[in-house]
Amino acid sequence: MSLVARHLEANNIPTVVIGSARDIVEECGVSRFLFTDFPLGNPCGKPWDKEMQRSILEMAVELLQKAWAPRTTIQAPFRWADDEKWRDGFMQLTEENREELKKAGEIRRAEQAAVK
Amino acid sequence: MPKGRAYRSFNSYIDISREYYAAHGYDKPYTWAYNHDVPFANLKKPASQCRFALVTTTDLAKPPGENLQERHKARKVFAHPSDEAPEHFFTKDLRWDYETTHTDDNESFMPLNRLAECVTDGIIGSVSSRFYGVMTDYSQNRASKKSAPQILDFCREDDVDAVFLPAL
Repeated sequence: MSLVARHLEANNIPTVVIGSARDIVEECGVSRFLFTDFPLGNPCGKPWDKEMQRSILEMAVELLQKAWAPRTTIQAPFRWADDEKWRDGFMQLTEENREELKKAGEIRRAEQAAVK
Repeated sequence: MPKGRAYRSFNSYIDISREYYAAHGYDKPYTWAYNHDVPFANLKKPASQCRFALVTTTDLAKPPGENLQERHKARKVFAHPSDEAPEHFFTKDLRWDYETTHTDDNESFMPLNRLAECVTDGIIGSVSSRFYGVMTDYSQNRASKKSAPQILDFCREDDVDAVFLPAL
C-alpha cells in the first residue's frame, strides 16, 4: 500500500496512508501516515464505532491539508483496550505451536512451488 | 499501564513476522521496502473542494483458486463503483489480527459511508465514483511498476484530487 501511495505522490496526487503497522509504513517511507495503534484489521476505527471512524477520517483530512513535509506521521488518540494483551496475540509463537507452524510452512512451500 | 518501557510501545510487525515465518521454516527473511527519499505532493485546493478516493487491499469477493497461493495469483487491481460496494469485503486471505478483532464492519477499514458523510457536512468536496483495489504483493517490483501505475490511471480517469489508503 505504501508503494502505491509513493507512486501517486510522485505523480502529484497527495495521499494519506491509514494503518496500524507503523514500522512497515515508515520504513517504506510515505508522505503522510495516520497511525492507529490497533490490532491489524481496523485502521479506520473500531468496528461499529461510527464516531471514532468519523474522527479518524477527519484527522486524515486535516493531515492532508496541514502536513508540509514528507514522513509526517500522526497518531490517532484512541486505545484499543484498557490492557495491552492484544499486542501479544498476533503471529504468536509458543512451544506448543512450533511443530504445527513448521508443518504449515511445508504445505505452503509445496503450494507455492505448484503455482509457479 | 506502565509509564516507562524498555521497548517501543507499538508492535513491530517486521520483527513479529520475521520470527513467525522463520518458525515456518523459511530460512531467508522477507526484505521489507526501505526508501530514504520520499515524494511529497501538496493539496492544490481546500479539501472542501477536492474529490477523494479510497484504495483497499481487500477484495470484492473470494478470488478463484483452491488454495491461498492460487487465489493470490488470481487477484487483480480493480476499480469498482463506490455505490456498489460489497456487503462484506473479502479479507480472509490477508494477514490481520483475527484472534483479536474482526472485519465485519467495512467502515473499520474501508470507510465509504463515513467519507460520504464528510461530503454531506462540507468537510470534503466529493467522493470519486469508483474506489480502487490493489493486492498486497510479495513482489515490491510488481507493486511499484505494475499495480501502482494502474491505480494512478484510475485516479486520473476519475479526476481525483487526493487519496486515502487504509492498509488492513
